[in-house]
Amino acid sequence: MTTTSTQADGSASAPAGIQERDRVTVRFAGDSGDGMQLAGNRFADATAVFGNDFSTLPDFPAEIRAPAGSLAGVSSFQISFSKHLIYTPGDEPDTLVAMNPAALSSHLSALAKGGLLVVNEDAFTSGNLKKANYPSNPLTDGSLEGYRIIKAPITTAAIAAVDDLGLTTQNAERTKNFFALGLVYWLYDRNLEPTLEWIEERFGRLPNIAEANRRALYAGHAYGETTELADAHVRVPPAVLKPGEYRTITGNQALVLGLITAAHLSDLELFYGSYPITPASDVLVELAALREYGVRTFQAEDEISAIGTAIGAAYGGGLGVTGTSGPGIALKSEALNLAVMTELPLIVLDVQRSGPSTGMPTKTEQTDLLQVMFGRNGESPLCVLAAKSPGDCFYMVLEAVRLAHKFATPVVLLSDTYLANTAEPWPVPDINQLDLIEVPYRRNELADAEDFQPYARDPETLARMFVPPGQPGMQHRIGGLEKSDISGDVAYTPENHQRMTDLRGEKIQRIANFIPELEVDGPESGDLLVLSWGSTYGAVFTAVNEARDAGYELAHAHLQYLNPFPRNLGDVVSSYQKVLIPEANTGQLRMLVRAQFLVDAQGYNEVTGQPLSARLLTERIVQYANE
Amino acid sequence: MVLQTPPLQTVESMIPIAEHDLSRKDYASDIDTRWCPGCGDYSILAQMQRGLADLNVAPEKMVFVSGIGCSSRFPYYMNTYGMHSIHGRAPTIASGIKLAREDLMVFVITGDGDALSIGGNHLLHVLRRNVDVKIFLFNNRIYGLTKGQYSPTSELGKVTKSSPVGTTERPLNPLAVALASEATFVARSYDTDPQHLQATIHRAAKHHGAAFVEILQNCNIFNDRAFADYTDRDVRDERLLYLEHGEPMLFGEEKNKGLAVSATGLRVVEADGPDAGLILTHDATRPSPDVHQLLARCSYPEMPVPMGVIRQVTAPTYGDYLDGQIEVQKFRNRADVASLLRGRSTWQVE
Repeated sequence: MTTTSTQADGSASAPAGIQERDRVTVRFAGDSGDGMQLAGNRFADATAVFGNDFSTLPDFPAEIRAPAGSLAGVSSFQISFSKHLIYTPGDEPDTLVAMNPAALSSHLSALAKGGLLVVNEDAFTSGNLKKANYPSNPLTDGSLEGYRIIKAPITTAAIAAVDDLGLTTQNAERTKNFFALGLVYWLYDRNLEPTLEWIEERFGRLPNIAEANRRALYAGHAYGETTELADAHVRVPPAVLKPGEYRTITGNQALVLGLITAAHLSDLELFYGSYPITPASDVLVELAALREYGVRTFQAEDEISAIGTAIGAAYGGGLGVTGTSGPGIALKSEALNLAVMTELPLIVLDVQRSGPSTGMPTKTEQTDLLQVMFGRNGESPLCVLAAKSPGDCFYMVLEAVRLAHKFATPVVLLSDTYLANTAEPWPVPDINQLDLIEVPYRRNELADAEDFQPYARDPETLARMFVPPGQPGMQHRIGGLEKSDISGDVAYTPENHQRMTDLRGEKIQRIANFIPELEVDGPESGDLLVLSWGSTYGAVFTAVNEARDAGYELAHAHLQYLNPFPRNLGDVVSSYQKVLIPEANTGQLRMLVRAQFLVDAQGYNEVTGQPLSARLLTERIVQYANE
Repeated sequence: MVLQTPPLQTVESMIPIAEHDLSRKDYASDIDTRWCPGCGDYSILAQMQRGLADLNVAPEKMVFVSGIGCSSRFPYYMNTYGMHSIHGRAPTIASGIKLAREDLMVFVITGDGDALSIGGNHLLHVLRRNVDVKIFLFNNRIYGLTKGQYSPTSELGKVTKSSPVGTTERPLNPLAVALASEATFVARSYDTDPQHLQATIHRAAKHHGAAFVEILQNCNIFNDRAFADYTDRDVRDERLLYLEHGEPMLFGEEKNKGLAVSATGLRVVEADGPDAGLILTHDATRPSPDVHQLLARCSYPEMPVPMGVIRQVTAPTYGDYLDGQIEVQKFRNRADVASLLRGRSTWQVE
């Protein structure tokens, strides 16, 4: 653990020869084996220490190692950093680092005209050009006119820098990402120190490799300094963040920390049953490394077993959690319904990805909302939450655990690939300031065993009288067959089924009395409301503010509670002439809002596998406002 | 090798004992049983209740988990905790209960369709992991609750409602499946021999680790007399082989026949014949399941049908390993949520 202070005075003027900018977006693109994710993450760390606000967007292929130099193997990492608070990793990069022709070909269209292009000219061989379908070399045929280009011999310069260390050619060549990183550090006036520390920590036991990476980093930095790149030297002053202690966090990391913290706050033992699936596997992997916290991870034989064991753990009185992505939710549906019928406190994490079917496993989408709402047989209501940012994944896990226990119900928490992988600065919460999570079964266990009825309900929440096994005199049986009200015995009568159906529905609706009302940013009524949910928060917030800057008056509200909705949502959506619902799907929240509140909400929908584009959304908002 | 082998606490499972002496009726719930009159399940239920009363297990410390099918109604009739879950998935729910609650005794009640068809995957894995749950598979070679379709243990060519001109698939052998999964306890009994069934239940309950018991169970409605050829009272001595660890594998009314190893498997020899010296002594604790597999493959009419504990070996359970890892990691690393939240590095904004 290291703690660093940010450079003290954000208002200090830039050194001579450096242009100052409010915000910059850089994209690193290269072959899967080129270490672009590593370079991007180092850049993010250096940016955090420098004191900018930032947001990152890793984007990698599902193939672990596609053929070298191929279009299929291109991996990229985008980071946007700013002197202001920012909420997206940026639509278009200002600077593109392309390590080979395939990376250039895949990402050039994203680069704004006049943008800065840093290319590894060594990689533009006839073989690589052919793999990227270039008929001629774009570095020499004039097709890159209009961009500012830095052609750097990244591979040869990196190899030269580590020449006398006796490395294999392959290992020497692998330092090229550090050379590129050093060059970009120079371009954006980043401090090398955090990366040097990281190299020591990571490669300390391999002194030769550590030294090679250090030298490549310095060499790249020196290349920037000594070459005529003066007009590209840019500084983004530190942002004014709320004072406090910060760390970098991704959505998946926040889910892990949230689960450990929830176990701590509820004094329950965490059981995490999961089957490896992109992009949720990180949660299993990271929890498995935390045995000292008493975490019981269980890598199941399939998705069904993963939820089955989590249900078993919940029934046993533990903190039963399963995590997966859309295809896994489909497999878990029947067991999830068992948790609905048995009214057990179960947490289901759904890190959504592009579908249908296997779809695009490493790409993002918000397409599981209707699946988790309705993808089960029978009338099967459960609680659905959605996180809005990487750091929010932490707080929504606490909320999921709180509600699951308070109401004896399964809770699905929706995240997605974008939140899972994107990183942002996060104020470290003070564990002592977080509310303890109440576990009602501890009170139920103390009830008089003579009068115990497993399906008697709390009059306020309608939560059933859940008692885990072990209490003398309270033995009872539960299961998937319809339950008799109060006694919990098997029952087939028409009146009872109607009553139990109503009770299960009403119980979920009553959650609305125990969650915050929806907050509206902007006028309380008027012409236009933009209503969003989940990971699109950053893009929608940004677009709304751009439209405001352009002179439009509009309101924005963001949902973290999808079932039940906040109790004032009906009033909110009827307070505006127009409602626009942007989503990374074809209109799933819109369908729910239209059905429930009979408002003529319109959509802005992108299903590209990429996060919503704030720029295109701004255009849509403006267009709709003018209609 | 990273894995530390935890010390074996005991060969026998820790059985939570009731404070008072209990009788069979203390294990019976007040719910009326609803199996068909004459169903083999009644006998199994009675032997389970008697067997548990003999052991004086605390009812509140027991959980019966079942899937779907006739046999899976079983938990309703036990005055213990129980979950009648979903088709084929009982081993998963039972695993979760046991791993979260080491103090509970967890039973799985399943059938041939539930365990070997829709739940086949889970059966393999719960056994290979050696999760400390006791699995009782009621094998009646038919789907009863859905009224008479063939099951994964129905004989090839069997005529059923869903195979009016005979099935076209070969049956699974439940014991062979369990042995292939490296189960640490594998046994067979049958519904019409109460003493043997009770003894087998005792042994399974006491085993530390996953126990698998196949119970041949008659469905008098859809597959009557499925096992009668060798379990009927007048033929069972001749056609069944009652296995006892450390005893020679003898059968027949006069114990005049035995099993010996042949070039291709097992063969029957006369106990007073020239090959009598080759008759095998049953070793349930043999680490290799080779002879156990040969026994599992013995079927009527060529061979006697084995009953009893075929295999019982000691091995750490999944829970032993998991607890061991948690203990070791707690010793090595300090668990401090506040420091975990701060992560590898933080920075201070003034």
